[in-house]
Amino acid sequence: MAIKAQLFITCLAEQFFPGVLKDMVAVLDRLGVQCEFPEGQTCCGQPFYNSGYQNRARDIARQWIQVFGETEGYIVSPSGSCVSTIKHHYPELFPSGSREYERARAVASRTFEFSQFLVGELKITDVGAYFPHKVTYHASCHLLRALGGRDEPKQLLQAVRGLELIPLEQEETCCGFGGVFSVLYPEVSQAMMEAKAENIEASGAEVVVAGDAGCLMNIGGGLRKVNSPVRAMHLIEILARKGGYQ
Amino acid sequence: MSQIKERIDFRANTQRVPPEMPVAVQKATGRFLGNRAAVVTEVGEERWEELRQAAREVRSHALEYLDFYLAQLEERVTQAGGHVHWARDAEEARRTVLEIAAQHGVKRAVKGKSMATEEVGLNRALEAAGVRVLETDLGEYIIQMAGVGPSHIIVPAVHLTKEGIAEIFREKLGAEVPADPLLLAEIARAKLREEFLAADMGISGGNFLVAETGTLVLVSNEGNGRMCTTLPPVHVAVVGIDKVVPDWESLTVLLQLLARSATGQKITAYTSFITGPRRTQGENGPQEFHLVLLDNGRSKILADPVARETLLCVRCGACLNVCPVYNHVGGHAYGWVYSGPIGAILAPQLLGSKVAADLPFASSLCGACEDVCPVKIPIPKILLHLRRRAVEGDAVEGAVAPAALGLGVRASALLFGWGWLYRVCSQLFKALAAPWGRDGWLKWLPPPLSRWTQVRPFPVFAADFRRWWRKRNSRE
Repeated sequence: MAIKAQLFITCLAEQFFPGVLKDMVAVLDRLGVQCEFPEGQTCCGQPFYNSGYQNRARDIARQWIQVFGETEGYIVSPSGSCVSTIKHHYPELFPSGSREYERARAVASRTFEFSQFLVGELKITDVGAYFPHKVTYHASCHLLRALGGRDEPKQLLQAVRGLELIPLEQEETCCGFGGVFSVLYPEVSQAMMEAKAENIEASGAEVVVAGDAGCLMNIGGGLRKVNSPVRAMHLIEILARKGGYQ
Repeated sequence: MSQIKERIDFRANTQRVPPEMPVAVQKATGRFLGNRAAVVTEVGEERWEELRQAAREVRSHALEYLDFYLAQLEERVTQAGGHVHWARDAEEARRTVLEIAAQHGVKRAVKGKSMATEEVGLNRALEAAGVRVLETDLGEYIIQMAGVGPSHIIVPAVHLTKEGIAEIFREKLGAEVPADPLLLAEIARAKLREEFLAADMGISGGNFLVAETGTLVLVSNEGNGRMCTTLPPVHVAVVGIDKVVPDWESLTVLLQLLARSATGQKITAYTSFITGPRRTQGENGPQEFHLVLLDNGRSKILADPVARETLLCVRCGACLNVCPVYNHVGGHAYGWVYSGPIGAILAPQLLGSKVAADLPFASSLCGACEDVCPVKIPIPKILLHLRRRAVEGDAVEGAVAPAALGLGVRASALLFGWGWLYRVCSQLFKALAAPWGRDGWLKWLPPPLSRWTQVRPFPVFAADFRRWWRKRNSRE
């Protein structure tokens, strides 16, 4: 029986990076994973949780748990940040031992970030991609620290034919997105983003890869602002390529 | 510095950061982190993790049984001939030290580096009572001359360049000296030596208090700490009640981690153990030893099951060194004595949300602080806990965020609560933004997102996955 993956597309990727989502389906298709898309999904509630509005986040979490709780198989997402909300914050929103808590834990245990799903669950690093470019990797904070995903994205990149992976100075330093932080403290966010962009430009790479929509909005926007030739792409976009940029 | 009453405006503070400051800060923090990484590798990752776990358990245990260990500490310090004073708050701490100073007719006091005395604003109180106070840690000496508070827990003058320090020496001491750290230290040393000999009272903080023997532990890299605690006839130590550890065995665990985490040293140049005053006339050391145990909100923190882990902190400063926010804004942006990630969780609890509610939001929640913390304080989790306290209120404090904001948030939650509304809005935003997009980016957006676009463009709204998905499925 085919492995089933419920697509947890996340609101940011849906609004701003639909190409990443289509590529996610393409890669999973190629690997023989059967994709399903629970249409009732909206947002996981992280913006509310991280702003301190836990009561609002709880309402949204209930809805998310309802939508995905009815499905079966893996829940796979192109965002380490949103996955860490499901895995770490959802159970905290409900009293330990309650029915809702148990349901939250049950969906959390089925939920995986894309690269961790491929490497950790499917045990696949080579997805048959071809991308003949110099690429550097920015470690997205929540995938790296909240989910412990230090190696998986790089293992996947290293298996891409034609791809030259170039080290990035301060690879694990936050790019300055931070959700509500970027709007509350734009000057600090800017300083962090510019430091990241400088390191990216200095790497000599043509493409910087990140694993989260937030980082792509921030880094991509920062590179765009200075008319940098370097392009910010999601890991999944690279894995979907059979050759060249498009 | 003292306990402040006015709201800390983090954004306004970050807008005042001088351009050369982050460079100076990053030079120091980069060096500390590099050294730290090297000593962690030397210890071995696995052993390091064991040490962190052990340190966490030691500190948790001490906090769990704090009442017992504090009572034991008081008994042992008294047995050793010292005096113990309890200070419920900053005011009591200041009054206690002033009383001791008055009893001994103190005119001049020398101080070793201490965050607790910064926290209670001791210097100003002593000065007001006619006692001349001199900071003797080189960094503290510099910032005292500059008239500012510490910008880092262990490197109080980290925000200054050597050129800036030479300028302060020129201005305040009349010393024409090149921007050479060795020469600057030489001048300070000569000045300070006279002061140590002339002082009537020495004041210090404390890194740890060992309950079983009543010992004050001072960890430092400058000889000033020993001068302050041995030369003057009276030694007063002001230490937070959270600094107590059960015994010497626990202490050895923490000492292995502290210097390595802080500066990347295996051990600091000086580790001093002080148990009471001198016992005989022939011994060196002060005739009197006073220990002021400071609560000042700590027992309130202890009562909060989520936030109490804040008190595990050993003040190594590693979370400041690794924090990208701290590295770009420096310590003064946090508006009080404690800065960086630990300041962002400590200050709102000690000062209250009304004053310091900005600080828990002054983080991108990247989590680097928790990874580097030698006692594994879940700083991001506590930041979120305190954000919640600020906007929704909790058992400790009521909400301080404007109620209108809560209503706005409730309205936007509806957008995500009703799937159809969310889908309609995503198409609406897409249509509205489409004419303004340039190669997929928007140069301008209305408030509050204008704060995003002032920094970099925003991606165009482009939701079309659902349509694509339906098409794909109808093909199959």
